[in-house]
Amino acid sequence: MDLGFIIGQVFNGFSVASIYILAALGLALSFGLMRVINMAHGEILMVGSYVAYLTIALVPGPLGIFAAMIAAFAVAGLLGGVLEVTLVSRLTSRPLDTLLATWGVSLILQQAARDIFGATGVSVTAPAWLDHTILIGGQTLPVTRLFIMAVAVAVLGGLAAFLRSTRIGLLVRAVNQDRPTAAAMGVDVRRVDAAIFALGSGVAGIGGVVLALLGPVTPNVGQSYIVTAFLVVVLGGLGSTLGMTIAALMIGLFMALSQIFVDVSLAQVLSLLFVILFLQFRPQGVIAVRSRALDE
Amino acid sequence: MDRGFKTGRLLAAVLAASTMLAGCSKAPDTSAGGGDDIKVGILHSLSGTMAISEVTVKNSTQMAIDEINGGGGVMGKKIDAVVEDGASDPAIFAQKAAKLIESDKVATVFGGWTSSSRKAMLPVFEKDANLLWYPVQFEGNECSPNIMYSGAQPNQQILPAYDWAKEKGYKRFFLVGSDYVFPRTANLILKKHIEADKLTMTGEEYQPMGGTDFSGVVAKIRAAKPDVIFSTLNGDSNVAFFKQMAAAGMKSDVIPVMSFSIGEQEAQAMGPALIEGSYAGWNYFQTVDNPENAKFIAAYKAKFGADAVTTDPMVHGYLDVYMWKAAVEKAGSTDPAKVRAAAVTLNAIPTPLGTVKFAANNSLVQTGYIGQADPKGQFKILWTSKGMIDPNPYDPLAFPGKTCTIS
Repeated sequence: MDLGFIIGQVFNGFSVASIYILAALGLALSFGLMRVINMAHGEILMVGSYVAYLTIALVPGPLGIFAAMIAAFAVAGLLGGVLEVTLVSRLTSRPLDTLLATWGVSLILQQAARDIFGATGVSVTAPAWLDHTILIGGQTLPVTRLFIMAVAVAVLGGLAAFLRSTRIGLLVRAVNQDRPTAAAMGVDVRRVDAAIFALGSGVAGIGGVVLALLGPVTPNVGQSYIVTAFLVVVLGGLGSTLGMTIAALMIGLFMALSQIFVDVSLAQVLSLLFVILFLQFRPQGVIAVRSRALDE
Repeated sequence: MDRGFKTGRLLAAVLAASTMLAGCSKAPDTSAGGGDDIKVGILHSLSGTMAISEVTVKNSTQMAIDEINGGGGVMGKKIDAVVEDGASDPAIFAQKAAKLIESDKVATVFGGWTSSSRKAMLPVFEKDANLLWYPVQFEGNECSPNIMYSGAQPNQQILPAYDWAKEKGYKRFFLVGSDYVFPRTANLILKKHIEADKLTMTGEEYQPMGGTDFSGVVAKIRAAKPDVIFSTLNGDSNVAFFKQMAAAGMKSDVIPVMSFSIGEQEAQAMGPALIEGSYAGWNYFQTVDNPENAKFIAAYKAKFGADAVTTDPMVHGYLDVYMWKAAVEKAGSTDPAKVRAAAVTLNAIPTPLGTVKFAANNSLVQTGYIGQADPKGQFKILWTSKGMIDPNPYDPLAFPGKTCTIS
């Protein structure tokens, strides 16, 4: 086993983790704030991928991918907002119903994509400037993967700045800490909910764009990421963005490093075992979210 | 809201009741067998990860049925196709197969793609003594009187591809596949042959069905430096594999990939640029030159658009219907056992992949081809097997001493 291969796998671990982060961030946001499990989250990723396909067809050339990310953020964010206002906000007091309702939405979105774009999927090609490799320290690194890592870091940074220094961010933190008190102080809790749900969906849209660079774009592409996304959110400590980031890194690195010894199928089994064992000893996840609310 | 929920429930109950009623009212007139139609089932994945491939086989099977109906049907009766969605899930395939046979009372079923789906359906067809026409290449090592295996056996696709690679002088092989029975068995056979020929196996990797993370596999391929990759990946995973190989700077001109599940349809869906220059082994390419094929392509395009392409499993699905028709007419009955007996003793009939017939072991005698993908997603035929190859489900190296005899 040569060192180069092991270093390569560490890089792959970070690369996979950055994909998990983009896939799971929106889920962590909406769960953290609203305790709503959004089963349609994978389909919002899918919508992002299809928006990438449409945008890159309209805006070819090197900057198409950035246009796609902006468009996907807007479209997915809007979709998330509409979903929240029309459906989720009406069901927040009944968690099981939101689970079913958002699952229904996921089926509707899948079928819609199938009817509009066909069951066979579409092809999104990376722009030429992403389509090569660079050599760093004896490692051949795909530019696409470096780009995705950069996007993940930028999105995390942007989100942290947004939550820390904007007025909406302040309100989000207030609602997150103690919903009834925030409401009593005059915070429009519903609007904060809608904003964060839309934001989380927008981030998922960006995730969908970058996933399209590495994987297929089909009506059921969301299904292949949703389970891992949930896994990351649960392992991270439901609702903590920092915990989710650490969890994504843990699972990504675990997957990549275990592949030094076993194949992907077994690595996936081992990573699930790892999560189960971890939660046995630390059921609250990587970072426990403390709340002042009495109901917890 | 509550009102809405009640209405919803009521609606659901009404729907459920009406489908049950429909099921009841349908059953008697078909079991009597006195109707004007012969019912057959078409069972493919119209949703899920395998839809990318299977929808087109459903289309070509349906087209054959329409053509036969247009020409007067079978023994003067029209064929009535009941289409079901296997949803890329073996359990659903088994369930839908039972539904087709037991409640729709179909005479036979055309369908299946993955070996997992076939293995799941096999007990149903054996229990109900019905006949499944299976249109896709597979790993062999199975021999049932209730399945007509028209797709290639390993010695008609995988081993010819291996022979071709040996002729090209490739010595270091890397095997990558989806994690289920076809890739595992196909690779077992390949490994036995690589070992027997004293060539080098540089690695073997499996990806869960529908898996999209190939970072580790790509790294292992880079470290192993193979001459050629044999890929038994199935479905959407192929898109991720080729994208990530290309992103890592290993396109087909650097390390050639030989695939066994990528045809013209998959090339279109993945974007032909992605797989340009890679190889595929099949018993049919759209570029096969014969009058039956020209007719088939023209008919398919007339129905599904000028951009539609034709593939090996589609042609197998198509010819299966004609084989079934010929067998029914020879047997003078739609009884599955009589149809099978007639099918394996039929004279060869002209089809888009040549003039072919079934061997006594329920498999098709056919030619093997190796093609290379061009920028349009068509395959240029580089190599043709010496004549038609007799099907053998049990490779003598991998499964010594086993033979397939169906009485």
